[in-house]
Amino acid sequence: MAELTYRAAVAAGIAQEMELDQTVVMIGEDIGTAGGVFKTTEGLLERFGPERVRDTPISEQAIVGAVMGAAMTGLRPIGELMFSDFFAVAWDMVANQIAKTRYMTDGQVALPLVLRTANGAGLRFGAQHSQSVESWAMAIPGLKVVAPSNPADMKGLIAAAIRDPDPVIVCEHKGLFAEKGEVPEGEHVEELGQARVVREGTDVTIVALAMMVPRAAAAAERLQSEHGISAEVIDLRCLVPMDVGTVLASVEKTTRLFTVEENPRLGGWGAEVVSIVAEEAMYSLDAPIVRITTPHIPLPSAATLEDIALPSVERIVETVGRRLADAR
Amino acid sequence: MATTRERTRNEQASISEDVRLEMYRLMVECRYFETRAQELFFEGLVRGTTHLGIGQEAVAAGFAAAMREDDYTFATYRGHNHALVRGVPMAPIFAELFGRATGLMGGKGGSMHITSVEHNMMGSYAIVGAHMPIALGAAWSAQYRKSGQVAVCFFGDGTTNIGAFHEALNMAAVWKAPVVFVCENNQYMEYTPIGAVTAVKQPAADRAAAYGLERILIDGNDADEVYLTASRVLDRARAGEGPSLVEALTYRHGGHSRADPGKYRPDDEVKAWLARDPLPRLRERLREAGVEEGRLDEIEAGVRAKVKSAEEEAKAAPEPSEDVLETQVWADGGSAWRS
Repeated sequence: MAELTYRAAVAAGIAQEMELDQTVVMIGEDIGTAGGVFKTTEGLLERFGPERVRDTPISEQAIVGAVMGAAMTGLRPIGELMFSDFFAVAWDMVANQIAKTRYMTDGQVALPLVLRTANGAGLRFGAQHSQSVESWAMAIPGLKVVAPSNPADMKGLIAAAIRDPDPVIVCEHKGLFAEKGEVPEGEHVEELGQARVVREGTDVTIVALAMMVPRAAAAAERLQSEHGISAEVIDLRCLVPMDVGTVLASVEKTTRLFTVEENPRLGGWGAEVVSIVAEEAMYSLDAPIVRITTPHIPLPSAATLEDIALPSVERIVETVGRRLADAR
Repeated sequence: MATTRERTRNEQASISEDVRLEMYRLMVECRYFETRAQELFFEGLVRGTTHLGIGQEAVAAGFAAAMREDDYTFATYRGHNHALVRGVPMAPIFAELFGRATGLMGGKGGSMHITSVEHNMMGSYAIVGAHMPIALGAAWSAQYRKSGQVAVCFFGDGTTNIGAFHEALNMAAVWKAPVVFVCENNQYMEYTPIGAVTAVKQPAADRAAAYGLERILIDGNDADEVYLTASRVLDRARAGEGPSLVEALTYRHGGHSRADPGKYRPDDEVKAWLARDPLPRLRERLREAGVEEGRLDEIEAGVRAKVKSAEEEAKAAPEPSEDVLETQVWADGGSAWRS
């Protein structure tokens, strides 16, 4: 084990796969000489050379389109979109081309590619540089979606995404880049579509993703010490494929479900989790399901406002505590 | 010193009879296939939509005759011709248009997405301009793999006004990618004359300088001229000298898509372009070069029989089974979204 930051784990995962497979190449804006605006690709140009780590102009359509063309002709390319908000600029390439081409060609075209992006809020960047776009991506058939919450998962899941034979969108959370954690040394690969029970509990299930995972875990500690509530926290890790089984098993045990989502309210990933539980585990429930989300607003930039908008440890503790008190 | 006209004539004389006959056969295949496809559309057998390239065959055939077998083709929704000239058999294309199980893409793609990876026909793309960066990516891959392959990307005049056109050309030029971008300027962006919505006269050629590229404007209805240009730009790309942007002037004989009779075009304009139909032009040239009428008749009769048998084969094919509806979203063949 070595202690790495979440940002260093990105480069570690990519380096591990580039070392093992010559067909892994990467393009993006400022990823080479500059090492990425979030320093997530630092050292990769020096180590693997400009043929494999290529800077591009500010051309998101060309970045994503070129990644697709390279993937369909024998490479395993990685494209970086500096901010996930920029997916909107290249959405045709993602939603119409990459996601649909295998199906439309009845399996003739293989697209083993990764699109990495700095996702999420917490850095006071305002409405166009802070969004959580994972729910956009999961709504399109043909895309796999990963959102790691800690350095070890970052390394293992980005490696899994690169090895995966299908298009995978890796959401790297901006608010977690400086977080440190133990990361296995040597080859480390996780499996896509496996949720993790971060903390076991018996009274409520809290399902979270990315930066909401450490917040949910901190809230669970306080719920225990301040309210005597035993919360089970699940890190979903992957939206597609989604590990529904882990969620259902937990809900059957605790009988109460909360989701903690950074995205705005409508159409968030939690709504899908809730609908699955409502369809398949309704009779296990002892209380209404509650979604804790950002309000349905664009994100503000002022620190005070952004902090209020995002689900906080405080809000999770307060919401779960109140709902359980009401039930008693 | 030879004039341009003389030089062109000398170059044309250098094209072998075999190449010319091959181009003629390919053009006849395209013409007969699409003519029949249109008839079958009106008979109700072809559903959805079709975008025909009748009148534009010389661009497809001229390039195909010059391309290496492993070069990549990227085309638009007006892509039947570009599939046929790469050797994709007719029956699976017909079956795809009919929505049958034996369709080239099993009935999941349709007319606008004709793809045959086996023939390096890497797809027909139905969102205008999307395939320009994708073709660039294939060229980048060929460059990285040092395979010597070139990606050839065909698109319409309307594409020159979309952002992806600019992004792809700039990045291709910076990377010296082995890609050839071919604008089939058929004069109309759907129903609107391209000149009415474009800041320059020649939508592609007049913009080449913006990417440091040579201005290449050719008669796209002259198969010889297309072949010579294609040979030159393909060699250039293979030699590592980077991308090219070719504007080929041509004309679609029909409307934009199946629902469009093309009535917005002046009669004398249509008449003038019909007089420049690429098929009779090449036929005449072959005759002038001494090819016997009978040999050309034979090619035409052969293609006619081929179209007929392909049509019969496709008509006899079954409808797709319900079992395939949820297959091939993922590489494992399935579509599971939960684990």
